[in-house]
Parts: sequence; structure tokens; C-alpha cells
Amino acid sequence: MINMLIVQFVLSFIATAAFGVLFNIPARPLIQGGVVGMIGWMVYFVLYTYFVGAFAATFVAAFAIAIISQYFAKFYKTPIIVYSVSGIIPLVPGGLSYDVMRHFVENSYNLAIELAAKAFILSGAIAMGLIFAAVFHQVIKKGSTAVKVLKK
Amino acid sequence: MESHEKTAHEVAKICTLAGKIMLQSGAETYRVEDTMNRIAHAFHISEVQSFVTPTGIIFSIEETDLDMTKLVRVTERGTDLKKVVLVNSISRSIAEEKLTLKEALARLNEIEHSQDVYPVWLQIVSAAIASGCFLIMFLGKWNDFIPACLAGGVGYAGIIYFHRLSQIKFFAEFTASFLIGLISIGCVKIGAGIELNKIIIGSVMPLVPGVLITNAVRDLMSGDLVSGLSKGAEAGLTAFAIGIGIALALALL
Repeated sequence: MINMLIVQFVLSFIATAAFGVLFNIPARPLIQGGVVGMIGWMVYFVLYTYFVGAFAATFVAAFAIAIISQYFAKFYKTPIIVYSVSGIIPLVPGGLSYDVMRHFVENSYNLAIELAAKAFILSGAIAMGLIFAAVFHQVIKKGSTAVKVLKK
Repeated sequence: MESHEKTAHEVAKICTLAGKIMLQSGAETYRVEDTMNRIAHAFHISEVQSFVTPTGIIFSIEETDLDMTKLVRVTERGTDLKKVVLVNSISRSIAEEKLTLKEALARLNEIEHSQDVYPVWLQIVSAAIASGCFLIMFLGKWNDFIPACLAGGVGYAGIIYFHRLSQIKFFAEFTASFLIGLISIGCVKIGAGIELNKIIIGSVMPLVPGVLITNAVRDLMSGDLVSGLSKGAEAGLTAFAIGIGIALALALL
């Protein structure tokens, strides 16, 4: 089991970094993006395999990815999308959306619509994770300035 | 007065050019609008409005003595995050007043025409490796690793090639996924692969509009309704092309 987790670790790093090449991300953020993707995938994989359903696992993983990417983006003064984009790729219901279209083409409409709803909910979970992280960041920033104002 | 108007024209030119590059390279809608507004503010033009959709930008300046609106049409969209990074750093140095109008315009023009991308073979190899890794991440078997790499690499090479042949994205995606379908089925038939479905899902990952789907929902949630819906439509069309490409291969073999 530990072996499987290590394999997942290494492969998710390679996969997200390789995806960065397709998006033409410069070399240094490529490695950092790989780290972000690896952490995101581990959060998702552990949660989904042992604890919760796909929605919650995707949401938490996207949240983690966005928080780490924000840290990198702030530290290196680069747009956040450079770090988060390849990290969320493994979470995106890409296989699912392909399945949806395949079932539509094969005339199994009921199954297709069911899967489409699932794909929509999962991409909603990713977007929610990203947006909640941004809001979280703002609240902390505003909260700390508010405290300073109060102390005055 | 006249020089003020001239400056405003140049600022509008810089803002729309920066916005255009970012939009073509796959930046988020809010970031494009934000960057254009920041650049304008840095050049002391405070009343600006920008409206960005995936197919065009409307930008207007509204000062007491002059009104001006610019419209930029965007037809080609891809993902080239290096350009986003570069434009972002230019916008930062403009905000720190390190760049003059002329320098900024020259730098932006340079970025717009640069073709600084990874070599095609490296992109294809990356797509192949990513496909194989995704297969294992989705709990596929190691026996299927090579077939997934093969199908993913050929599929990505196909999409680059067919996209050069025809500007219609749908056609390129359809043909590339048809190729992926053929190779995956072929591999399973000759006994090189085991689970057909996992091989296909792994190897279509480089084509799947993952970023687009997420950005669409994200734009919708943050209030950019027009961009959200049109990105959703684009993503749906791509998923449709991939789906029917694979389905056709399945039906033929």
C-alpha cells in the first residue's frame, strides 16, 4: 500500500510537470507546478480512497492547490494560474466528460445525462475550492488590517 | 490638451494590446480586465472600463475632456502561460513607473510576435508521458502504460498537425481522438493492452478541455457570466469532438 502511494506521488509530479510543458510554462514554475500538482493529487487520492466521496475530496484538493499556488504566486510575483493550472488537471473530470459524450453518441442518453450532472458537480467543486481559497486569502488579509485598525 | 489626448490614445493601445495577448494565451477573464485597468491607472488615467469576453475586448476611457472606446477582436485562443507571465511582469514594472509608454509598447509588440515555445518533439513526449502517468493514477495496470503513452503521443502529434492543416479546432480534435481510438483498440486487439477504457481515458487527457471547464465554472461564479457561458460552450464542443472521435473508432473496429 505504501508502495502504491509512493508510485502515485512520483507519477502525479511527472504528469503535472509534463502538462506544464504543453501549456508552455517556463522551467522554474514547471517544477513548482509539479509539486503543487503532487500535493493536490495526494490530498485527493488519500481522501477519496479512504475517507470521503468524490465531491468533498475534489473540493479539498482544489482548495489545497489554490492555497499553495497563492503562496508561490505571491513569493515569486507570478500569476497564480501558472502554478494552479497543471495542478488541477488530474482533478478535472476529463475522463468523465469524454464518457458523457461517448454515451450520448452511443444513444444511452439516461446514463449520459447522469454522468454529465456528475461532471458538472465535480468541476463546480474545483471552482468552489479555487474561489474559496481566494476568499479565504482576502478575509485573512482584511482581517489582519481590521485588527490593526482596532488596535489603533 | 492635445498631448493629453495623444497620451490617452497610446495608453489605450498598450492596454488593449496587453489584454489581447493575455486573452489569447489563456489568462482568466478577471485577470485580463484587472491588468488593463492597472496599466491605465499607472499612466494616470483613472476612469476606465474594460469588458472582456473570450472573443473580444471592449475598453473605454472616460475623462472630463475626452471619451474613447476601443474594440479588439480575438479569434485565436490557446494556452501559452509564458506570455501571461511576461505581460504580467510588464504590467508590474509599469505600475512601479519603471517603463515609459514607448518602451512598454515596444516590449508588448515583441511579446506578441515571439514564438518562444518548447520544441514540438518535447511537447509530444510530454503528452505521451502524461498519458501514461494518468493511466496509472487512475488505477490502470502497468501493462497498459506503453499503449497509453503511444496513443497519447500520437494523439497530441495529430492535434498539432491537423490544427496546422485546418483552422477549425473541432476537426483537429475529432481526427486526433479518432487516431487515439484506433491505436488503443489496436493495442488491445493484438494483446499489448488490457483495459481499453482506461487506456483511452489516459491518452485523451492531453486533449480534454480541463482548464476550460474549470475556468468556465469559475468565471460564472465570480460574475463574468458571458465569458463563463461561452467558455462552457467551447469546452462542451471539444468534449463532443473527442467523444464522437472515439465512438467512431469503437464503431468501426
